Amino acid sequence: MRPSERGHKMLSFSAAGVILLLAWIYPSDSLYFHIGETEKKCFIEEIPDETMVIGKYRTQLWDKQTGSFLPSTPGLGMHVEIKDPDTKIILSRQYGSDGRFTFTSHTPGEHQICLHSNSTKMALFAGGKLRVHLDIQVGEHTNNYPEIAAKDKLTELQLRVRQLLDQVEQIQKEQNYQRYREERFRMTSESTNQRVLWWSIAQTVILIVTGIWQMKHLKSFFEAKKLV
Amino acid sequence: MHGSLWVLLQVLWAQLLCGWVLGSELTFELPDNAKQCFYEDIIMGTKCTLEFQVVTGGHYDVDCRLEDPDGTTLYKEMKKQYDSFTFTAAKNGTYKFCFSNEFSTFTHKTVYFDFQVGDDPPLFPNENRVTALTQMESACVSIHEALKSVIDYQTHFRLREAQGRSRAEDLNTRVAFWSIGEAIILLVVSISQVVLLRSFFSDKKTTTTRVGS
Repeated sequence: MRPSERGHKMLSFSAAGVILLLAWIYPSDSLYFHIGETEKKCFIEEIPDETMVIGKYRTQLWDKQTGSFLPSTPGLGMHVEIKDPDTKIILSRQYGSDGRFTFTSHTPGEHQICLHSNSTKMALFAGGKLRVHLDIQVGEHTNNYPEIAAKDKLTELQLRVRQLLDQVEQIQKEQNYQRYREERFRMTSESTNQRVLWWSIAQTVILIVTGIWQMKHLKSFFEAKKLV
Repeated sequence: MHGSLWVLLQVLWAQLLCGWVLGSELTFELPDNAKQCFYEDIIMGTKCTLEFQVVTGGHYDVDCRLEDPDGTTLYKEMKKQYDSFTFTAAKNGTYKFCFSNEFSTFTHKTVYFDFQVGDDPPLFPNENRVTALTQMESACVSIHEALKSVIDYQTHFRLREAQGRSRAEDLNTRVAFWSIGEAIILLVVSISQVVLLRSFFSDKKTTTTRVGS
């Protein structure tokens, strides 16, 4: 290989590497919202077990001088905390101003993803406004089909069928989760039924017993006082 | 060498496209007297759909408002439980949609929304094909669309079931709490009745003896 060819190859690979990194992290065209300095924003994801979730965020700081949001600010961090349905923390990490976090659920249920800014520099520079671009993908949306096609060398038809298989798998998982939730609902209803039954009986018994006790006690009290 | 490099570049280009998935589905908590706004930059001519549903809280209703870059209100509904709104972006710019719980004094609401912008990105980076789709491929495409709507229905079903389940769990705890409370009140009231009655007669006896002597 001639040196110029090698140079070209190196350049294109490094450019490719940069594009790869950018594409991997940046949710450049996605939804955004504003967050205050110490404000914590939480999002809930109700997912079946063994489901992968990928979240990407990008933060922009308000620049008072230019009156617009800066494209990217180094030194600004976001703290990401993810709790599972049993409120146990499964991820609690500090990321930079742009970050990507991923987790796989091991129990079905409501997972809570919380973001808050850890920076105190904002009060000095910004006036407290931070713009956060967020993109959360769940389940089969996390699959990157062109990458799978290249890795497993699939034809177009095979890739389409693979996508359909992934979708059907997600539907099956959700149905399974639905069965688990319905079981919980049924248990809750039966527990309510039991409680209503037993506590009504108990209250009636307490009423009768205290009534009898009252009468007996007062009778013996009056007899002792020689009023009866 | 060139072939593998070309494949690598295609994969990376596809990665870049896939990084820009245009569709957001989020569930968040809206505290009482709060308003939460989301923004998205949309290109003119894109067909967009906003769907929202209130999952838990109060009477399960929320105010929703969608504005275009000039501030014109495209959609405004008060105290709605569930709705779906489709529009085509008439201008380039930042579209804003807000959910408001300002009418509620003490109930937190959990709101789910799904904002789809445009179509899904194509499965392949070089979708400008020379030939039309074969029968197999168009069958795959229609199955894919049908499965997408199945997943969408499943999501809405799950949210409604979550509503029912949270009410049932509230009922369960309330029944337990109030049953125990009532039993305690019953005991306390009956014992204090007897004690009070005894105290009436005790005082009367001392006064009668004093008068007698």
